[in-house]
Amino acid sequence: MEGKSRTIQSKERRAAYLFLLPWIIGFFIFYFIPILIATALGFYEYSILNPPRFVGLANFVDVFKDSLFWTSLSNSFYMVYIGVPLQILAGLSVALLLNMKVKGLAYYRAIYYLPAIVPMVASAILWLWMFNPQFGYINAALSFIGIQGPEWLGSTVWAKPAFIMMRVWAAGATMIIYLAGLKNIPVQFYEAAELDGANSFQKFLRITLPLLTPTLFFTSLTGVIFAFQIFTQAYIMTGGGPVDSTMFLVYYLYDSAFVYFKMGYACAITLILFFIILAFSLFQVKIAPLWVHYEVGRRGDKWQKK
Amino acid sequence: MAEKIETEDKFDWKKRKRRRELIRKSLIHTVLVAGSLFFIFPFFWLLVGSFKSEVQLSLFPPTLIPIPIRWENFPEMFAQCPFLTFLKNSVIISVLNILGAVLSCSLIAYPFARLRWPGRDVVFVAVLATMMIPFQITAVPLFLIFRKMGWIDTLYPLWVRAWFGLPFFIFLLRQFYMSIPYELEDAAKIDGCSYFGIYWRIMLPLVKPALAVIAIFRFMFSWNDFFHPLIFIQSIEKMPLALGLQTLLPRPGQIATTPGAISFNYMLGAALLMTFPLVIVFFFAQKYFIQGITLTGIKG
Repeated sequence: MEGKSRTIQSKERRAAYLFLLPWIIGFFIFYFIPILIATALGFYEYSILNPPRFVGLANFVDVFKDSLFWTSLSNSFYMVYIGVPLQILAGLSVALLLNMKVKGLAYYRAIYYLPAIVPMVASAILWLWMFNPQFGYINAALSFIGIQGPEWLGSTVWAKPAFIMMRVWAAGATMIIYLAGLKNIPVQFYEAAELDGANSFQKFLRITLPLLTPTLFFTSLTGVIFAFQIFTQAYIMTGGGPVDSTMFLVYYLYDSAFVYFKMGYACAITLILFFIILAFSLFQVKIAPLWVHYEVGRRGDKWQKK
Repeated sequence: MAEKIETEDKFDWKKRKRRRELIRKSLIHTVLVAGSLFFIFPFFWLLVGSFKSEVQLSLFPPTLIPIPIRWENFPEMFAQCPFLTFLKNSVIISVLNILGAVLSCSLIAYPFARLRWPGRDVVFVAVLATMMIPFQITAVPLFLIFRKMGWIDTLYPLWVRAWFGLPFFIFLLRQFYMSIPYELEDAAKIDGCSYFGIYWRIMLPLVKPALAVIAIFRFMFSWNDFFHPLIFIQSIEKMPLALGLQTLLPRPGQIATTPGAISFNYMLGAALLMTFPLVIVFFFAQKYFIQGITLTGIKG
């Protein structure tokens, strides 16, 4: 009997590994080996044409000495510290409005989400035109109310806010995540609070906000990772300019690798970028217990088997 | 007498409450409608712009309606740039991506939800960890690997990856598989069905909604993706729409001097055509979009 169950067990194992085979191959080809190569090449000089030459920490020293690296780092931080909170705020306020039992929820939700499905390239073309300082719609609207609009993408001050505006426009996915989070809050909580005479503001502060913190945590974690990846907008719309004001980390990486073909140098940037993202994620996970409220026993156990 | 006043008071209070509710509702709707305009207006502007003439495009203040409506813009655009070639490449890449993602992820997620094997939890954490690694991190080494394989300037790097499982979708399908009752599986096992048979005949049909979510999001991703083609594709004939359209734009900072750049009303038309299939899919499959986002937090 025992022997039989053991053969069933080993059969099940064998099946499991067979099912997993594509993932195992993919993990090695697309994650493990590339990260290994990047780690190794970060210490080499390699321009594709010549064989790699070991240079020790020289690449890292060069990166840290390059003022363009620091410019792109601070530009990326701008998108993280200003762009991400604005996106969260926009998504959250729309979700809160839609959650107020209004009629036509499905229509509003569709409209607010629609911009999120527009391809980045198409939206870059469209917004290039919207932001055009001479013929663009935005400055036309501003001049209508007597404001002389800025140069937008041609201005070192306004290019990044213009990108953030585009991202807020396409923040529909975040809104849907919040909406789902809001729908998960049991109505009984609000009913109980009403019996105790709480007003809407108190209800928001004491019930909605704390119970939404897991969702907020999730969106800020993914939002930050996403913000560090910004590239397409800058590549198409500004080419990193004016005066490097939209040069972001990934753009800097792209230029080093595929314009100047400094592969070893680019791998060093890759490693630095990896550790920056890792540090931001770990930091957020670390401080999460201070502000994220988890209801014990409701989530989490589903996680375990069966 | 006193009683009467009290009921009148009550009536008045109710009326006031109803009126306050009405004001509140109309305020919310006003804000929502205003917001909708902000979100919908760029679409309208894209639509309008792609039917304008080049001269009308540069009028200030801008005109709201194109006069006349230039349908010719589209055939003229097709004649001036290889839009249809780009489209063909995008379709090939998207179809292969969708097929690969649906098959590989459904296969890979199954043992995480349904089979017992040592190391399952550890491996699952590894799957989740790969979610946190953006593609840009592996771009340079992958470029070197694909270069060694002779894959640069072919479509392979743009779709092969989908056939080896994608972490978000594996996660999504695992959740779906876990919600299927074990009785179905046990019955099949007693009838002598193999593990693959259970997966193929019982599990797959039951997770169709999740497969739809995966197909839609993978379509969106491969249709919109710009970074991969930019790195891996060099010749015009192999470019998908996202990269191809970009080559038609003047490079930033050197307005209208880029060779091959086409005028902006054509660009807007091309952007409109590129967006169109996504809008169609969205209207017919809205429920899957919502489901996909809420279950996994995919942002498309």
